Amino acid sequence: MTKIAHHIPDEMLAAYAAGRLPATFEMIVAAHVSMCDACRAALETHEMLGGTLMETAAPAAPLEGDLLERTLAQLDAPVEPDGAARTPPARMGIYPGPVAEALHHGPPRWRAAGGGVRQQILAEDGKSSVRLLYIPGGQAVPDHGHGGTELTMVLQGAFHDETGHFGPGDVEVADESLEHTPIADAGAACICLAATDARLRFRSLLPRLAQPFLRI
Amino acid sequence: MLAVRDNRDRAAFARLFAHFAPRVKGMLMRSGMGAAAAEDVVQDVMLAVWHKAHQFDPARAQVSGWVYRIARNRQVDLARKAGRPLPEEVETETPPEADPGAILGLAQEAGELRAALARLTPDQREVISRAYLGDLTHGEIREETGLPLGTIKSRIRLGLERLRHELKDLRRE
Ligand SMILES: [Zn+2]
Repeated sequence: MTKIAHHIPDEMLAAYAAGRLPATFEMIVAAHVSMCDACRAALETHEMLGGTLMETAAPAAPLEGDLLERTLAQLDAPVEPDGAARTPPARMGIYPGPVAEALHHGPPRWRAAGGGVRQQILAEDGKSSVRLLYIPGGQAVPDHGHGGTELTMVLQGAFHDETGHFGPGDVEVADESLEHTPIADAGAACICLAATDARLRFRSLLPRLAQPFLRI
Repeated sequence: MLAVRDNRDRAAFARLFAHFAPRVKGMLMRSGMGAAAAEDVVQDVMLAVWHKAHQFDPARAQVSGWVYRIARNRQVDLARKAGRPLPEEVETETPPEADPGAILGLAQEAGELRAALARLTPDQREVISRAYLGDLTHGEIREETGLPLGTIKSRIRLGLERLRHELKDLRRE
């Protein structure tokens, strides 16, 4: 696999660690981290900072009653398959685990989206959505104005636009100020995971914190 | 933690529980959960600590960061119909092979991080804590404090600049 050149911005990794990211963007973060060791390390660093703050800064809340005894009594009970100890889903072909899970571990059911482009919407709630896009080689993605922020991650093939070239694992971050025309590279079709959220202003997402440890 | 992982030591688990359960509960309540709901999640999280212990790798995570991740994943899972999208797990040996140099290095960095956090002003520490322990968006922070968004953002930036400066010595050559 070619080297990943375009990563998840650090602010988004921090927001994912803290549980502050919209669900559609969580899908992109989880898919990219599945493929990118650098971003996994960065995410784990944010979790380390979160854990340190949880230990030192959050007021500890005394437990009521016999929670320890009730917990000890359940140590030998069977693990719930979708409980807190659940095993994250595995990769399926070109689809990283979290995408495979959203596809219910079956192939995409493509629908025509115009100009030879096909799509399958994985989740949608009015202001935000996440979908798979299938773009034939050499084809431009039809104009799709995005309010808010849009993240696009390549799963197969590649595309290029005014800002650069994106191959498997790469993530393009676009806000409303970016006008671009992504074009799939000639050859095999380009399959992407694309998430939009009309409400999220990327620049306001938050802190660049743990950078000193990471991007050395 | 390693006694829990390697020896399935229940007394060691009870000590972990005594340390982390009230802290996880405090974090969950800080981000808006009621006490009873928070205790249910605490129980889920601590049971997951027991069941996932074989994956814990002290060269990659401090126990607190690992517990923090399990707690956040559970909290978000419960808030979503479809559950939280999680990254695939890295395939490691179970338990992961011990790497004493990496374990020591991580512990030192964690110590320096704690020291750097302790040197922040209370204001700065509060800003960082909100980002990682609360679930407030910027808009909600404005409503809560009555400060305009720009002020919040510049406070965050000041907090971060200070943090980065403080954390600079963590940079490895
Ligand atoms: Zn990356």
